[in-house]
Amino acid sequence: MAQQSLDIERRSATTTPSPNMRGHVAEVAKLIDISKCIGCKACQSACMEWNDYRGNVGTCDGTYNNPFDLAANQWTVMRFTEYEPPGGNLEWLIRKDGCMHCAEPGCLKACPAPGAIVQYSNGIVDFHEEHCIGCGYCITGCPFNIPRLSDADSKVYKCTLCSDRVAVGLEPACIKSCPTGALVFGSKDDMRQHAAGRIEDLKSRGYKNAGLYDPQGVGGTHVMYVLPHADRPQIYAGLPKDPHISPLVSLWKGALKPLMSLGLGVIAFAGVIHYVGVGPNETKDDKSKVDKSSEHRDQ
Amino acid sequence: MDNEPMIERYGTQDRITHWVTAILFVLMALSGLALFHPAFFFLTNFFGGGSWTRILHPFMGVLTLLSFLLLAARFGRDNRITEADRQWGKHLGEFIRNREDNLPEIGKYNLGQKYLFWTLVVTILLLFASGMVIWQPYFAPAFSIGVIRIAVVVHALAAFVAIAAIIIHIYAALWVKGSIRAMTRGKVTPAWARQHHATWYREIRKEAK
Ligand code: HEM
Ligand code: SF4
Repeated sequence: MAQQSLDIERRSATTTPSPNMRGHVAEVAKLIDISKCIGCKACQSACMEWNDYRGNVGTCDGTYNNPFDLAANQWTVMRFTEYEPPGGNLEWLIRKDGCMHCAEPGCLKACPAPGAIVQYSNGIVDFHEEHCIGCGYCITGCPFNIPRLSDADSKVYKCTLCSDRVAVGLEPACIKSCPTGALVFGSKDDMRQHAAGRIEDLKSRGYKNAGLYDPQGVGGTHVMYVLPHADRPQIYAGLPKDPHISPLVSLWKGALKPLMSLGLGVIAFAGVIHYVGVGPNETKDDKSKVDKSSEHRDQ
Repeated sequence: MDNEPMIERYGTQDRITHWVTAILFVLMALSGLALFHPAFFFLTNFFGGGSWTRILHPFMGVLTLLSFLLLAARFGRDNRITEADRQWGKHLGEFIRNREDNLPEIGKYNLGQKYLFWTLVVTILLLFASGMVIWQPYFAPAFSIGVIRIAVVVHALAAFVAIAAIIIHIYAALWVKGSIRAMTRGKVTPAWARQHHATWYREIRKEAK
């Protein structure tokens, strides 16, 4: 969503600095405490309401997942997993899925359209759909499988972390709606501290592997989870254990681009040098070579 | 005989197929490069903006493939690599320096031209296959993100090789005088044919008798 700002860390497909003269904006974060979530989906509703989108009425697959997946008009979904720890009781794991707002966003790295993806100084990664060309490269670049291309307009959409609300000092809509306090929002430092207290509490209650999910493979995220089983994030509906930008994407958008661009320039320039150095290959009118007959000379 | 006639190298259909393919290829290279690096993004202006570039590129790609296949069907036969070509290849350094006295006689194409031909056959097929995989919104959703990641790298690499090969191809045409007329007007002088493709020249002469 477009948000006029002077506090931009970086923009997609842009090789010059972004407006960032202040340089003292605090990083924000949303903390999702999985141990406190009851799966009521108030946050899903609040997101629909504030951002004013409505998904199509879908079908029911017999689980609580509804809708099943993210969509251009569904920026967050609750993913339910019935998990049986070895020798333990059934646990009902509920993870609120959506954009993680990576410090090193794979979508932004992959995007070819200048300014279609921006990262604000506060850490929010936002799509500016009016600059999006609909190529889907961001989907290819994202380590969390978040962006969705809209059928309606061939633009991609995802959670904005309510950049519009945050810009005027409000918290994101989902945070406002959560009845249990599973969702909290603030500076990233405060959220880390808050999480530390929660983790201590979980450990004292027997969750010895409780921990914070702030994966360093993507430079940390601005949406973090408190996980009761932080040693196995995968059990939470496939949350990746060590997410990072795929080496293929790094190759494609890293070394290849400048090397190949330079390579083409060098090859073209080599032609100029050759022509100037060696000169054109003229038809020499050399009759001895094959047989005797006279010729016109080529121009 | 003082007025030995010009020799036909490319018929009208050959020439039309070549130039249709050439124009499409240039459009493909420009619209593809536009999305490849921010330094080239301005090229989207030639195609009506970023979204139009993204929309047009793959459709033109399908036309490029069809047109290139026609071209390959016409030119493929003369591009089979022979022993004479390998011998000629050993003298490539002399050829590049315009020293042609010791070059072995060859047929309609030299080894460099033949390599160009086969490079394009391989890269255009790769570009087509990988291009389909990343084509939004029609075909890409049918592939997993892992496959799409491989396809974008293949597409970028194949495009680089193809464009590099075409730059060399265009340069060679500018460098060897008389070549451009062969593809625009279809005819070359007998001297040109003898100097660059003596074996081919003899075949033509034999047929003419
Ligand atoms: C033969 C059929 C082809 C198809 C179906 C195809 C399809 C695509 C698609 C879908 C994209 C992504 C952007 C977009 O949606 O427009 C793309 C990008 C690109 N294409 Fe093609 N293409 C083809 C041939 C070619 C050819 C012949 C060239 C080079 C002359 C080329 C060069 C490029 C380049 C440089 C990019 C940007 C790649 C990047 O960002 O890494 N393509 N192509
Ligand atoms: S779909 Fe839009 S936002 Fe995503 S990479 Fe392409 S231009 Fe950028």
